[in-house]
Amino acid sequence: MMSVPPRSYLPSNNGGARALSPNFLTNTLKDSLAAGLLAALLALPMLGLRMVDSAQGLSLDYRFSWVGIAFAIVFVGRLVMSLVRKALAQRSAQRHQAAPAPSTDSHPHRLRKIAGWVLVAAALLLPWSPFADRNLLDKATLLLIYVMLGWGLNVVVGLAGLLDLGYVAFYAVGAYSYALLSQTFGLSFWLCLPLAGAFAASFGMLLGFPVLRLRGDYLAIVTLGFGEIVRVVLLNWQVVTGGPNGISGIQRPSFFGLPFLAAVPGKTTFHEFFGLPFSPNHRILFLYYLILVLALATNLFTLRIRRLPIGRAWEALREDETACRSLGIDPTKTKLSAFAIGAMFAGFAGSFFATRQGFISPESFSFLESAIILAIVVLGGMGSQIGIVLSAILLVGLPEWFRDLQQYRMLAFGGAMVLIMLWRPRGLLSGREPTVRLGRVAESEGVIAAEEGSAP
Amino acid sequence: MTGPSTPPSLLHVEHLTMRFGGLFAINDLSFVARQNEITAIIGPNGAGKTTVFNCLTGFYKPSVGRLTLSAPGSNQRQLLERMDGFRISKDAKVARTFQNIRLFSGMSVLENLLVAQHNVLMRASAYSLAGLLNLKRYRDQEKKSIDKARYWLEKIGLTAQADWAAGNLPYGSQRRLEIARAMCSDPVLLCLDEPAAGLNPKESLELNDLLLAIRREERIGILLIEHDMSVVMNISDHIVVLDHGARIADGTPSEIRNDPAVIRAYLGTEEDEDLPQEVAVDLQQASHQGAR
Repeated sequence: MMSVPPRSYLPSNNGGARALSPNFLTNTLKDSLAAGLLAALLALPMLGLRMVDSAQGLSLDYRFSWVGIAFAIVFVGRLVMSLVRKALAQRSAQRHQAAPAPSTDSHPHRLRKIAGWVLVAAALLLPWSPFADRNLLDKATLLLIYVMLGWGLNVVVGLAGLLDLGYVAFYAVGAYSYALLSQTFGLSFWLCLPLAGAFAASFGMLLGFPVLRLRGDYLAIVTLGFGEIVRVVLLNWQVVTGGPNGISGIQRPSFFGLPFLAAVPGKTTFHEFFGLPFSPNHRILFLYYLILVLALATNLFTLRIRRLPIGRAWEALREDETACRSLGIDPTKTKLSAFAIGAMFAGFAGSFFATRQGFISPESFSFLESAIILAIVVLGGMGSQIGIVLSAILLVGLPEWFRDLQQYRMLAFGGAMVLIMLWRPRGLLSGREPTVRLGRVAESEGVIAAEEGSAP
Repeated sequence: MTGPSTPPSLLHVEHLTMRFGGLFAINDLSFVARQNEITAIIGPNGAGKTTVFNCLTGFYKPSVGRLTLSAPGSNQRQLLERMDGFRISKDAKVARTFQNIRLFSGMSVLENLLVAQHNVLMRASAYSLAGLLNLKRYRDQEKKSIDKARYWLEKIGLTAQADWAAGNLPYGSQRRLEIARAMCSDPVLLCLDEPAAGLNPKESLELNDLLLAIRREERIGILLIEHDMSVVMNISDHIVVLDHGARIADGTPSEIRNDPAVIRAYLGTEEDEDLPQEVAVDLQQASHQGAR
């Protein structure tokens, strides 16, 4: 009779030695070797061979050392990546053992809130920072336009889940509304702003009606078509829109009636009124703060409406339309309101764009713009307000600042997008904070650290 | 047969017929569901039970027939077959659950219950205007709605999970949450499509208690489709048996248990053994296509 000693099934947590078992090491080495060889194979035609222009005509130059370097880089990189990933997986596994995954942890959300306030403060103080110049403020203004558009589109795509590829159409409607209203009727910017928003919103409804039955890809295609229709109409309706020549000489913004000019006969200008020396930077500064206010208003509105019944209905509609109908929610009205509100913000942004540029043409409202705005929303993490700011900086800000890098700029842009989608397939900041909490800490297990009053 | 003890009728289904092409999913079906009673609709697979629900809740427009709802306390009668899908819940107060659970799985449990109170909240928020300004009238209603949600959470034992994403709940809890969500829309008639599907025997018993409590305390009518006979026979006041879209029996659980037609439909007889199978498959396909 032999008694087998009981085998221990307990996982040993004392780490390193066991983690790097020989089996794991060989597999990792093999894997890295394969990746390196693949890189070498690719590098051979791309880096290894080079066409040289010599006196005798074209000849081939061989640079096998480059191939070797590519192999080495990829091999080592892959090896390091595997090891790091293994270590990370182990650490997170240990953490999981310590605490069963809570379904909603509010810690990152608090961090996000702090980050949000920091960003707002930074944006407010930016013009007074030592390195602020006209160029920087111009770029920041452009960036803020995209942030605002992203936040507006987020209502449609992020909350209501309606994939809209023609968002730029509403931006165009807003811009042309302002340009035409101010040129034809001489209305001021502050009067045109709400009007442009209203026009864009009614265009949103107009688009909304025919596409109510569509979902997902089909909706995307129709909205894409709508965006093109608007652009083509602007391009061809010469009499009203000026066709490809666009509209120039659009009234520049005034500080509640005080123009930003050196001198206007019969009128007090901004610098005269405040007794400042004239500076063209006043207007830049004013535009910057104007778009900042508009964007923040968009943000506050979205944050608030998300907590209202209509916002919850949007999200519910995104999750399950059938269930919504069975609960008495009118899908038509709900969808139309999402389209209209999203479009309204694009209209505001559009009229700001028109007053800032002083010139608009259909070229500014191409499909590429829609695609960039949508990419900002998707990359930021659907429904995440701060995520949208980050991805706008990434997608609009960085390419602007790195214009000097010329053609590599777009390469880096594309690469960054691929990387982000690989690492964070649900966007930079995904994860959704409930719009309302019961305000009671879970008695069982103490998993949820739901602090009371986390919702303002 | 309106005896003195019978509660007033709530829903009259008269000559309901639903055709998909040449196929009769429901054929001339009539029955009555009463207030404060649990009415079960049973029948073999493909008998047309879910189609009845889809007609009732506006997902299909019936080919022929009348569906009349007489809400308690008002002498107004509502013709469900003429109403848009969402109005049946909003105005006629008929709520339903689904055979394959349809929760808003990314939203929290509490949010699910608040979405069900959309119309009340929407009115209080004056189509978001009062809500945006955070007026008192909206805050009060929101508090009331959260209290109602809290009541139902207590009832289904999910208070501790109120802030979880609904999709993270275990299956049985999701079933109960869907019932609670339907109840939060203040229905006069609650239609449950196979609420016990996929539940273990213990959960099934809990479900029985929940449904009986709803009937006792809310005094509403419950219409129930169910295969689980332990649920049907224990809690139903009244059972309607369907086969091939037609009613083959109607009565109390004990009457149904001994009805020869029911036994034949469930167990089959020799002469019609192949046919029903075919019809059942066809019907199921048809109703699937209709649902898309």
